[in-house]
Amino acid sequence: MTGRVISTETTALKTKAAQIRMDLLQMIYDAKTGHTGGSLSNTDILTALYYRVMKIDPANPKWGDRDRFIASKGHSVESLWCILADLGFFPKEELKTFSQFGTRLIGHPNNKVPGIEMNTGALGHGLAISVGMALAAKKDGRSYRVFCLMGDGEQAEGSVWEAAMAGAHYKLDNLIGIIDRNRLQISGSTEDVMGLDPLDEKWAAFGWHVVILDGNDIEALVEAFEAVPVAEGKPTLIMANTVKGKGVSFAENVPAWHHHVPNDEQLALALAELSAVLESHQRQEGQVR
Amino acid sequence: MANTIPNRQVLCETLLELSKEDRDIMVLASDSRGSAAMAPFAKAYPERFVEVGIAEQNIVGISAGLAHSGKKPFVTSPACFLSMRSIEQIKVDVAYSGTNVKLIGISGGVSYGALGMSHHSVQDIAVARAIPGLAVILPADRHETKRMTEALVNHEGGVYVRIGRNPVEDVYDSDDNYEFVIGKAVTLRLGTDVTIIAAGETVRVALDAEAALREVGISARVLNMHTIKPLDEEAILRAARETGKIITVEEHSVHGGLGAAVAEVVVQHHPVPVRILGIPDEPAIAGKSSEVFAHYGISAANIKRIAREMLGR
Repeated sequence: MTGRVISTETTALKTKAAQIRMDLLQMIYDAKTGHTGGSLSNTDILTALYYRVMKIDPANPKWGDRDRFIASKGHSVESLWCILADLGFFPKEELKTFSQFGTRLIGHPNNKVPGIEMNTGALGHGLAISVGMALAAKKDGRSYRVFCLMGDGEQAEGSVWEAAMAGAHYKLDNLIGIIDRNRLQISGSTEDVMGLDPLDEKWAAFGWHVVILDGNDIEALVEAFEAVPVAEGKPTLIMANTVKGKGVSFAENVPAWHHHVPNDEQLALALAELSAVLESHQRQEGQVR
Repeated sequence: MANTIPNRQVLCETLLELSKEDRDIMVLASDSRGSAAMAPFAKAYPERFVEVGIAEQNIVGISAGLAHSGKKPFVTSPACFLSMRSIEQIKVDVAYSGTNVKLIGISGGVSYGALGMSHHSVQDIAVARAIPGLAVILPADRHETKRMTEALVNHEGGVYVRIGRNPVEDVYDSDDNYEFVIGKAVTLRLGTDVTIIAAGETVRVALDAEAALREVGISARVLNMHTIKPLDEEAILRAARETGKIITVEEHSVHGGLGAAVAEVVVQHHPVPVRILGIPDEPAIAGKSSEVFAHYGISAANIKRIAREMLGR
């Protein structure tokens, strides 16, 4: 296991996450469509992966040894678009075309965009694809890892469990499943819609090494990702307990914000809240330095 | 002498041969290595064979991931399950994402005969050909299966292939007397009065019908439309112009299959009478495939009857 993230880096990642949240809210506001709640809940996970954990090269998106990321919960693509743009996979200007006629920045990951591996959007597909990629790495003796982000509502799809079985069967310790466990789906609480708990025990029973953490705590996320594989010969499942709508007080834990679009007033309020967070992290960064 | 080698065995033998040179070829099975005749491949190349268990959605998703990583996966799974249970993975993970996955539907059509509608795949062509970017191929006999398999290994992109369970009578004398090109129909008989268009196991039936029609002085053209998508529209329109009448014959529902594909072209570009012969819109009757074919008139005698009726002689 690697050491704890040094505080300057953690703070920089937190600053980045706040900025991405502001970018995605602006983008959704401009487009008048988007999956606001889920993108806010997964922002910290994606920030940890893209700015610290994954081996990637924006200038060479198809680099053979890159780590792979599959957004199985494809609908929460807004945070991903903002991060890929920020990293230079495509021009940031293009975010203005999100969901507009003829755009490639559609409401789900689209592999016509550099940095996107596969088209997703239909739930329950990503983990099987990730199993195939991780299996190929093992067959070819390559060192890349495959990160697959799933939703918790998505866990009701039977195909998730077909892939879970295969991941353990083929001992894919280069495969990391992440569940954005915000406990909400479009119709309400995941436990009311179709009970999932004890979800961690289910994954453990399927042969995965399960890590439970606060999925909005970047430090915890980085630490867990960098420790993989913890158990040799076992895939890892990160149960990331998150808050849907995280970072925007009036959207947090409100099911309607699954795909609610902020109005003028809400956008101003949300951006004010997030810029306060951002500035506080920036001050901390300054102090640490 | 009757052929005793099923197409699935030829597929396995051809992949074994090609795998000597091509290390990227992989075969996947859903507890179907026996029915797919892939056990020899699993034994010869255990590292290139992936068993996923009875999980058809998973087999397609995993194959898409393998293909994305440079492998050439051949998914071998019963056509009835592969074309229905995993159709969303086929649509999204293969066709939409553009992965190089070869989907081999085994024991297709009414091969499973008496096992009933759950095991028949007579809607698979309709579903597969509606998906953009997915090619659809039905080889006619063992020789064509060999040629097709070679072509598949060199073809980049998703393909749905359907082959039957039992040995079929030869259409070709050998595998070295013609060229197999994906998307190019083969004119097996150059008739002038009527054209019979067939695919897969019905090509042999069409040839027998041609011989029967010749006996009564009717000259039938026979097209082997092994690729239903992309469709050889030029061959169809030439047949429409030159023979004026078309009969299609398929081991598939009369809705959405070969007949429908042919009719879509003819009706828009050169309208001539078309008769579509296949399985009617009902759960197909149980029995051996030959009995099911006979029951629904997928036979040389019935094609002859239809042709004479269309020609009025």
